[in-house]
Amino acid sequence: MEITARSLWTLIHGMGFGALFLLACSGALVELYRVTAGSAPAPATLAQERFLKVYLLSMAALAWAAVLTGAYVVYPWYRAVPPPGTADLALFPQRLLLAHPATSGWHSMGMEWKEHVAWFAPISITMAAAVFIRYGRGLGSHKQLRAAVLGFVAASFLAAGIAGFFGAMIDKYAPVQGGPAIQITNGGEK
Amino acid sequence: MSFSAPAKPSSLPNGPGAAAILAAGVGSFALALLALAADKSAPLKSALVFWKPTGALSGVSTVAIVLWLLVWAILDLRWRRKTVALARTNSLAFVLLVLSFLLTFPPVVDLF
Repeated sequence: MEITARSLWTLIHGMGFGALFLLACSGALVELYRVTAGSAPAPATLAQERFLKVYLLSMAALAWAAVLTGAYVVYPWYRAVPPPGTADLALFPQRLLLAHPATSGWHSMGMEWKEHVAWFAPISITMAAAVFIRYGRGLGSHKQLRAAVLGFVAASFLAAGIAGFFGAMIDKYAPVQGGPAIQITNGGEK
Repeated sequence: MSFSAPAKPSSLPNGPGAAAILAAGVGSFALALLALAADKSAPLKSALVFWKPTGALSGVSTVAIVLWLLVWAILDLRWRRKTVALARTNSLAFVLLVLSFLLTFPPVVDLF
């Protein structure tokens, strides 16, 4: 069993940072709502407040790691230009998608949206983390601030969801591949 | 024990929070606007190529992030000890955020 270096980086970007961020989003929304709810039956403790601060900071780190590895590690391989006369476009995903009418939309619509919309996730979640770190549980007494923070966390979920969906579909039709092969296990004889 | 201390009503004014929220809206909108402008103007697109392998996305994202942090810092300095009209700043932040999603959506970009 082996994987190429480029595929591994794509996995780290999407399945590692991106998917972890998406998984964490629903938890952030629920915890932010609960910890700052004035009407909660059991008020949040200081330990729960500290946990949520670390949780939101970790989400911000994941979101930045996802967009930075996406833009500066994986995207250059995706948009690489093949030398003139190249017939096999397997190592040039953007050109491979654009070469067929049935798949060109995954680039012109999917990647064109994904490459920009994804940045709203780290911006929004960094803001949410900063505001919660500053106000803590006291955010519950600023109803409008709380509502806006929850709204921006939901927006970061949406942005990451759009980017994740198109990333997965693009990688299905034109995977980023190439680079040195990394052997994970030695396959036994069948 | 401090670990179970109940939350006290926040004595902080809403200014710092409003600054962060409005700046996030401005930053997102700046990114969308720069992406749209780079798509429509070849000279701007090439000016925004900060790192060739990533193309104009490198400049679009870098400039937008710098603007976002700058706006955040300026608003935070101005509103640090103030209570601001949050309904207005929140509305503006969300309008900018919705516009940002729309302006990065390729069928909308193609209308310009």
